[in-house]
Amino acid sequence: MTSRTVITLSGVAKSFGAVKALTGVDLALQSGECLGLVGHNGAGKSTLMNVLAGTLAPDGGRLMIDGTLLDRSYSVFRAHALGVRCVFQELSLCGNLTVAENTRVFHPHLRGFGWKKRSAALIGAMLDDIFPGHGIAPGTPVSELSIAQRQMVEIARAFTVTDTPLRFVILDEPTSSLDASRAGQLLSFVRRQVAAGIGVILISHMLHEILETADRVVIMRDGRVVAVDAASAYDREGLVVAMGGLAHHQAQAREARAANGAEIRVRAERGSAFTARAGEIVGLGGLAAHGQTDLLLSVFRAAQRRTAGVSVSGTVAMVAGDRQRDGVFPLWSIKQNIGVRSLKAARRGLLIDPDRENRLAEEWRTRIGIRAPDLDLGILSLSGGNQQKALFARALGSDAQIILMDDPMRGVDVQTKREVYRLIRDEADRGRTFLWYTTEMEELYECDRVYVFRNGAISADLGQGQLTEERILQASF
Amino acid sequence: MTANALPSRNALFSRNALLSRNALRAALPAVTLLLLLGTIFWIQPRAMTPFGINLMLNLAVPIVLATMAQLFVMTVNDLDLSIGGFVGLSACIGATWLNQTPLLGVAALAACILAYAGLGALIHLRRLPSIVVTLGMSFVWLGLAVILLPTPGGAAPGWLKSLMAFKPPYLPFPILASIVIALLVHVGLMRTSYGAILRGFGGNPQAMRRSGWSSLRATMTMYALAGLFGVLSGLALLGISTSADANIALRYTLLSIAGAILGGCEFTGGRVSPVGAVLGALTLALAGSALTFLRISPDWQVGAQGAILIAVLALRAFVVRKED
Repeated sequence: MTSRTVITLSGVAKSFGAVKALTGVDLALQSGECLGLVGHNGAGKSTLMNVLAGTLAPDGGRLMIDGTLLDRSYSVFRAHALGVRCVFQELSLCGNLTVAENTRVFHPHLRGFGWKKRSAALIGAMLDDIFPGHGIAPGTPVSELSIAQRQMVEIARAFTVTDTPLRFVILDEPTSSLDASRAGQLLSFVRRQVAAGIGVILISHMLHEILETADRVVIMRDGRVVAVDAASAYDREGLVVAMGGLAHHQAQAREARAANGAEIRVRAERGSAFTARAGEIVGLGGLAAHGQTDLLLSVFRAAQRRTAGVSVSGTVAMVAGDRQRDGVFPLWSIKQNIGVRSLKAARRGLLIDPDRENRLAEEWRTRIGIRAPDLDLGILSLSGGNQQKALFARALGSDAQIILMDDPMRGVDVQTKREVYRLIRDEADRGRTFLWYTTEMEELYECDRVYVFRNGAISADLGQGQLTEERILQASF
Repeated sequence: MTANALPSRNALFSRNALLSRNALRAALPAVTLLLLLGTIFWIQPRAMTPFGINLMLNLAVPIVLATMAQLFVMTVNDLDLSIGGFVGLSACIGATWLNQTPLLGVAALAACILAYAGLGALIHLRRLPSIVVTLGMSFVWLGLAVILLPTPGGAAPGWLKSLMAFKPPYLPFPILASIVIALLVHVGLMRTSYGAILRGFGGNPQAMRRSGWSSLRATMTMYALAGLFGVLSGLALLGISTSADANIALRYTLLSIAGAILGGCEFTGGRVSPVGAVLGALTLALAGSALTFLRISPDWQVGAQGAILIAVLALRAFVVRKED
């Protein structure tokens, strides 16, 4: 099978508010080739795939398939018609439908008398082909399948063919819930498909999968493609170095903090021991969703009642990462949003003392620099960065000795970040403990100690002197 | 050998567990209905005749139809609080225009169905909570019905009366009608290929849109079907009672929700069961008779119906959790 270029991306850009997810991506995708795509958190991989699959319209740049320029009318529907399929990272099956019915959802022309039988045969044959011995009956509702089985169905469905030919399949973290033998079955199937002339894009954090399966490797960082080369040109080390960039910006020289002697406030067990002392800023690094938030939540629970495996001495407060969902009370004023964690302190008798609530809010407005004309305005009148500051004020203004931060700086501008970093440092000097989960490398340098997580367990415990980007990446993958 | 045999046996067990869980879930509405019937026949053996069953299930057909209307709306994760008022309006149109000037009556009923589809579009496009919109509309339907028929009265068209009084040879009419309705909706919603798409929107709307299906069309289809079954329910009610009243069906709103839930439907996630919902509606229709036979004073009957509902739902939650 000869390879030829099918899809060409040039200068594709996409921003979400202030966050630039893609800043001009150039890429040529060929048939009969498996392209491995790697990059650290927020490198823009998933955004790029959504653009290719037609679920996100790019802000700029050009997308050409078979030499025809696709305009803004490019959609999932067009993508399907052109034979481009995508297996999304978050599962997109309907739990209330059976496996066969979910296959039908994918194929508009699978209808008429006997469609259920045909659909069941189609998905059953594909499952047999990819995952022999899968044990999934096409008549089972998806809600009754395990996560691994769902992922298998989702993958098999993307490869089923009815009326439109299949030419390109994007697999976004397809093996994240599969065990090693199922992952091996999938990857050898991918090789067979590639040999038959289909183009596959494989996104995976399992670097050995990329190295074993892909023909070419594309490395992304900060919304750009930074390297494209034959997979044989890389080994694991080489990929990690390329993902991190060669220029290791060394942590700014900071006064070493004498935290070692201080009282231990949090003790937990995640593969190896996790401790946080008074006055310490502890970073939780690693790829997104590898157990960091889970640790924060169990620390939060342990502070309220006895929990097995985690011991916490001290009061806690949480700064949420998903501002809209877990953070702000959208109908409340800025003042109320700041004060809600400190109602006990603001109380006089049974009622809330407005003076004390005002004082607390005013104090933190000046300390953290919330840019608002009036604290009685609704919280939604603030910009995203200032809303996040109010959430910091809520936690820092409380009596909590331990502050848990669940990647709170996502989508916050640089200026605000700097201000908050300084504040965190000041508060740590006063003896507060910070547990800081972050997906941004730069923020890990702000920490005194970093625990890197992989698959729910600690894979590295790095002190201030040992902290380099390369080490963190090594431990993450 | 033994190492290989072990997981397959486990798989077998877990499949059995799944089977029994599904079977239990599906059987619960039928078991409830049979238990209720058994109680009635035990207390009052004379009820076990075609005449007795006809009498007890007299009002079942409109309730079943209204429950189906509710089920369509619940499939797309919405809730219809206006179905009672709408059934009343349909009955009033049937007792006035449809009887006097049939063409106008048919046009008005068709317009009602279109209005329902329009409501679906409004709720979908403006992302309004269906509960709020339909709660508001319930007053609109009631108001229109009162304007049309200020005092109870009107007359059912003759064909409607004779249809509802139809006595098939072996099976009481309400039971035959329930079977036909259950089969019709079951085939339409659970067996056809577009039915799968419609239910998919209840399960994972985002995934359906990503696959290129129009959620507006699905929502409008479901609301139009709800409107159609609401109209049918009103006409059936009119055929039985031979005259109409604006307030005739107000309690159908809660009855239809309760019937669908009794039948194993869920408020979210697109999990519905037309056959179960029909059984649930029959159970509710019978509950009144059963309580009368049990000599529970009418003052307590509504409360007793609620107690039955809570008991069945608690049982279901218990069954499902135990299997988990």
